[in-house]
Amino acid sequence: MNSIWTIARKELSDSLRNRWLMAISLVFATLALGIAWFGAAASGQVGYASTPATIASLASLGIFLIPLIALLLAYDAIVGEEEGGTLLLLMTYPLSRSQLLLGKFLGHGLTLALATLIGFGVAGLAIALLVEDVAIINLAIAMFRFIASTVLLGWGFIALAYVVSVRVGEKPIAAGLALAIWFFFVLIFDLMLLGTLVASEGKFNAELLPWLLMLNPTDIYRLLNIVAFGDTGQLSGVLSLGADLPIGAAGLWIGLVLWFVIPLASALLLFRNRRI
Amino acid sequence: MSCFRLENVSYRYDKSPVLHGIDLRLEPGEILGLFGHNGAGKTTSIKLILGLMQPTQGTVSVLGGQAGDPQVTQYIGYLPENVMFYPQLTGREILSHFARLKGASLRQVPELLEQVGLGDAMDARTKTYSKGMRQRLGLAQALLGKPKLLMLDEPTVGLDPVATADLYRLLRDLRDEGTGIVLCSHVLPGVEPYIDRAAILTEGSLKAAGDLAALRRQANMPVTLSLDPVHSVSALEKLIDRAGTSSGLMIKTDSGRLRVDVQPREKMALLQTVMASGEVADVSIHQPSLEDIYVHFIGSGGLAHRGGGQ
Repeated sequence: MNSIWTIARKELSDSLRNRWLMAISLVFATLALGIAWFGAAASGQVGYASTPATIASLASLGIFLIPLIALLLAYDAIVGEEEGGTLLLLMTYPLSRSQLLLGKFLGHGLTLALATLIGFGVAGLAIALLVEDVAIINLAIAMFRFIASTVLLGWGFIALAYVVSVRVGEKPIAAGLALAIWFFFVLIFDLMLLGTLVASEGKFNAELLPWLLMLNPTDIYRLLNIVAFGDTGQLSGVLSLGADLPIGAAGLWIGLVLWFVIPLASALLLFRNRRI
Repeated sequence: MSCFRLENVSYRYDKSPVLHGIDLRLEPGEILGLFGHNGAGKTTSIKLILGLMQPTQGTVSVLGGQAGDPQVTQYIGYLPENVMFYPQLTGREILSHFARLKGASLRQVPELLEQVGLGDAMDARTKTYSKGMRQRLGLAQALLGKPKLLMLDEPTVGLDPVATADLYRLLRDLRDEGTGIVLCSHVLPGVEPYIDRAAILTEGSLKAAGDLAALRRQANMPVTLSLDPVHSVSALEKLIDRAGTSSGLMIKTDSGRLRVDVQPREKMALLQTVMASGEVADVSIHQPSLEDIYVHFIGSGGLAHRGGGQ
């Protein structure tokens, strides 16, 4: 446990030193405040629209940003150490491969969680203090749900980045593959799903179809933040499939948790079998 | 308890053998030089001892335990070749990080940095370090936690002569305190005075192992005598011819001396003959150096491999 914490501690202090933590927090806070203030711009005025609308907008932006940040943070976790020659050295220390990877995950995961908490937390506080007659309880619950799901989504993509990082031998390849992962889950997946829907002309098993959304953590994340308000009218495009998903919020949470547990376990397994 | 013991160790990589039938051991308080051309299996042997890989065949025991066991690796210091540390961290931060991982006292950190001559640079980021300074930091890292087995891969790369001498003095002190040390190097004349035993690897098998005297006996290479004549070189030549030793080569040098290659077992007889004759004003004896022995064992076929040079 001690060695896991030593590795995590270095990652955390690295992200403080290179101002990653600060930069991500700032981006999150600016984004959240911007959306909160200009959320009603579509209806012709500047001001706070509503909590569900704000959270839905934040989640829509979040699915672009969070995976990207997580992948950038973590893609060189192992391959970077290997290129510098420190991986070989670390492995001669009383430190197992699992401990190294779990330490990295703890460090990166905490960095992302802290940035999310600070960035969106500050924005939430500002909304609560500055917007008149906003229902504080509702806002707090929605913000908490939003932050928690954002952290889980980020962890999922950190773990996916590790799967790449323990497999490849060069940093640029890892970066390329990380971008490909982002591209697939954020842009391609929904298009493919839509294409499948159209091409099958309704012959596709209607009960199976909504479950396909569970194959993409970003879809789970959006569903979670929109469905929670009981307003399925907000669901557009392929997400409307989610209204038919018979598992409810708890199922979505479990899905999001599985989406970081399974890639992390795979990365651990791949790393253990890797030749050094 | 041996520092390490390899017994009939073989290792295959993608079915092609990298090491076969290696028997090698290191006792505490001993410095072993590990030599061989690139790809001879030095790095593989080191990785097996470090527990980074498992042998395909044979047993590897390290410090009385299993290679790679945390209780064992805690007492091993390793300096890899060409290590780049985290460039944005200072020397002190890096060494503290490694000390925590090894469970070594943090008080050791500034002491070790002073010891390797980084006292003034310990709070500078390592991206500003020269190659030699990085090498010293790597050395300090290897010395964390008082290792019982120290493995150094090309430790003198980038070090100036003074720093190199300091390093060897340090290694001697450690050896005298009972540390077992493995030195991999290509600078053979540099390490020759400091090693107790040498092991020469070619093509994945151990060609020779032992102290220098034993290696010289095994190689049975001629000793070169350099003779300064009292009267003339030709008189000396005749004298040696008459002595009837099987010694082959005689070369007259420009400075008027005679160089004679003689088999080790005939050396004393020949010396007594020439001394008794009164024809010799001065004599010097050149034993084959570690480099000569190395070249002898890796053979002319091995020369082709030496081009890579590390």
